[in-house]
Amino acid sequence: MSQGVEVVGLYVRDQEEARAFYVEKLGFRVHTDVRNGDYRWLTVQHPDQPSFQLGLFAPGPPVLDAATAQTLRAMVAKGAMPPLVLVVDDCRAAYDRMRVQGVEFTQEPVDRFGTVDAGFRDPSGNGWKMIQARR
Amino acid sequence: MPSKVHPARSERPAPAGRVRRAAGAGTSGGPASQDPVLLRRLLRAKDRMDAGSHEEWPVRRLARVSGVSEAHFARSFKQAFGVPPHRYLLTRRIERATALLRDTDLSITEIAFHTGWESLGTFGRTFRDVTGESPGAIRTRARAAAHELGRVPVCVVSAAHRPDLTIAVSEKRRRVAGGMIGSPREEVR
Repeated sequence: MSQGVEVVGLYVRDQEEARAFYVEKLGFRVHTDVRNGDYRWLTVQHPDQPSFQLGLFAPGPPVLDAATAQTLRAMVAKGAMPPLVLVVDDCRAAYDRMRVQGVEFTQEPVDRFGTVDAGFRDPSGNGWKMIQARR
Repeated sequence: MPSKVHPARSERPAPAGRVRRAAGAGTSGGPASQDPVLLRRLLRAKDRMDAGSHEEWPVRRLARVSGVSEAHFARSFKQAFGVPPHRYLLTRRIERATALLRDTDLSITEIAFHTGWESLGTFGRTFRDVTGESPGAIRTRARAAAHELGRVPVCVVSAAHRPDLTIAVSEKRRRVAGGMIGSPREEVR
């Protein structure tokens, strides 16, 4: 793929915490992690999806003023950000593996619509749906 | 930064004092003025209600999930999510009951108990209060509207169009009968 979406970002409350979560618990790897003063550009990547990066960004100065950043942190923390979907080969196996790791699940795996889905949140409050790929 | 939270502690009663103090400054302002640390804990209680809306969720239990005091929980939850916790739970139960009325053949009594009501009367009354219609009327209307699902995502439509159990059963019977062709029993018939 040479054209298309390359980076989509999430707001997280703490980039270090988010990096640990997505890398250690979800199996992503760090694609880019560069700093410029207080600013940190951090993206991670699913090992099976080299054309896409998930940005883990902390709202704050210098990009955003303090009040706006506070609003965004509140929105993330109350789960008001848009839904995210992770596709996995085996939802129940992934659920078991991630639970042991301490991932906060909001929904146990359920069979429906011809597949299996579960729900979890990252430490910041971003909500993920984890859906088993249809074969 | 208010971001140094330890998610592993989420289920245990938290040092509520810190959260209360931090949120106190924001009680007069909009939702954005609530402490994200508190909001994340309130979200956890909301998630738990979502996952088990048929269970009992007294404020005491919710407050424990969030690690804050009961009085503080009820007030903060409403500020964060726009409705008091018990009303939020109610909407989830009604939503689930509506889905069961639409998608299953469970009786209204069964649906009432499945979705967390202790009596059919309370369920019916609450359901009418919230939706303006009786469970039976909603069921009839939802089923009549099933053919209008063209704009709904495929996964939902496929579920809605899944054939009845009766069709599957008769299909099975036919297959069994087919397998018997030529068997001694078939000749007897």
